[in-house]
Amino acid sequence: MASIKIRAKAKDGVTTVKALISHPMETGLRKNSKTGEKIPAHHVTEVTAEHNGKQVMNANWSGGISKNPYLSFKFKGAAAGDTIKISWVDNMGKGDSAEAQVK
Amino acid sequence: MKKLLAALSLATLLAAPYIANATPQQDLEEFQNFYKERFPNTPFEDFVNGVYSIDAASREQWEDIEEFAPYELNISNGESLFNTPFANGKTYASCFENGGIGIRQNYPYFDTDRGEVITLELSINECREANGEKPLKWKRGPIADISAYMASTSTGNVFDIKIPDDPRALAAYERGKKHFYQKRGQLNMACADCHKFYSGNMVRADLLSPALGHLTHFPVYRSKWGGLGTTHRRYGGCNAQVRAKSFPAQGEEYRALEYFHTYMSNGLAVNGPGARK
Amino acid sequence: MNLLRRKLVKTAVFVGTTASLVGTGVLLPQRVLGAYATAAFEAKDVDGAISGSLGSGSVTASDSVKLKAPDIAENGAVVPVTVSSSMANVTAISIIAKSNASPLTSTYTLSAECEPFVSTRIKMAKTADVIAVIKADGKLYSATKEVKVTIGGCGG
Repeated sequence: MASIKIRAKAKDGVTTVKALISHPMETGLRKNSKTGEKIPAHHVTEVTAEHNGKQVMNANWSGGISKNPYLSFKFKGAAAGDTIKISWVDNMGKGDSAEAQVK
Repeated sequence: MKKLLAALSLATLLAAPYIANATPQQDLEEFQNFYKERFPNTPFEDFVNGVYSIDAASREQWEDIEEFAPYELNISNGESLFNTPFANGKTYASCFENGGIGIRQNYPYFDTDRGEVITLELSINECREANGEKPLKWKRGPIADISAYMASTSTGNVFDIKIPDDPRALAAYERGKKHFYQKRGQLNMACADCHKFYSGNMVRADLLSPALGHLTHFPVYRSKWGGLGTTHRRYGGCNAQVRAKSFPAQGEEYRALEYFHTYMSNGLAVNGPGARK
Repeated sequence: MNLLRRKLVKTAVFVGTTASLVGTGVLLPQRVLGAYATAAFEAKDVDGAISGSLGSGSVTASDSVKLKAPDIAENGAVVPVTVSSSMANVTAISIIAKSNASPLTSTYTLSAECEPFVSTRIKMAKTADVIAVIKADGKLYSATKEVKVTIGGCGG
């Protein structure tokens, strides 16, 4: 299952990028209701956005970001057809990336 | 005497939904008129949005979430699952009318050959079993994703659930209706108490959603669950919340309830999957 | 370290931008690779969260920082927050939820092309101030809003 959905739309010179990532975003503070044990922290730590191969935005996240996290940012200088790439890594060393075309 | 008569007639009025000889059509009119009168400022089509159609503050937050709702991931996953062939080479499309596209509004229906209520999730698992696959769990996970995908292909289609002229169909409808209006659990509350008579009121910090429109937006991504769940998952939760014993998902009781509950939203359009708190 | 070299060699423009920004201390080499702002996330107080993520310096409350968050969160697990600003040269934004175990929920490093805007959804365990802090021209500005988190009734 793809873990990232991206929507990128350019309007009047500004591109709005919206990304939705599938991730449990466990803080490490929650307890398993059945065993009473703490569920280990497992959350995205970094999200990077690139436009045509160049980094435009970098986000550092804690477990305080909601499960199945959402991120939106805006930038100038992109045109329809350009490529946006969103990459994430989590505290367990897993990661994923996806690309989308600016519309 | 006058007071007694007045009290009796009032009791009869309040008990109107309980009168056995009201037809489903009469029930439907009474039900929908109740909400139209209770929420005069809500356009009929807007009831599909639940509390967001009656409360501006929560609507704003919901619209923020709808900018890119978490269920979008589920729809994508559901689409991919729906299009993945079974081991025998067939796909889900082979089990459904129109290849499974744009048919959410036809569920649930009463199958007069089998004499039972058929829900969408039931059909999904029957499709799997007919093709040599193991059934999926009923309340969450892949079945919810597939149901979400199928609902998303049906957005805007209007519900027109039929109750065929068959005593078994009517019995299923009546069973669902009874469940809806029956007080249950340690808290001794009926679905109708919260979702009809007190809809729009607050229960602590929760606004009670009108039952009109409920079934249009399932399966549902609940912030509380942090995930997507089916109708019967929610039914189980609702029963548990009034401290009543829940019924098995896709058992006769919940299928009957879903039949009645969906019929009551006839005239409204599919807008699943939905995002709720 | 090989990764660093590969990344720097990849685009001359990128290297140029990075080199010029390194001097100002805005974009440190390890941030290019994405070193996690661990200290900032471990800070239990708002000041630590701010200085750890955006650097030290006094924070001035400003109307030019717009913080959109609900008055009463429908569900504390999913609170939509949007930060924007009319200021120029915004290079970073941090979002803080004062009463969270780790007040710093997130911090964003923006390139020159970025508009001063970020939107996300955060978790809040209880009613608290949400503080948005932006770094513009090296200085820190903030906006604060109290978001109420309630206990649900039957459905929550």
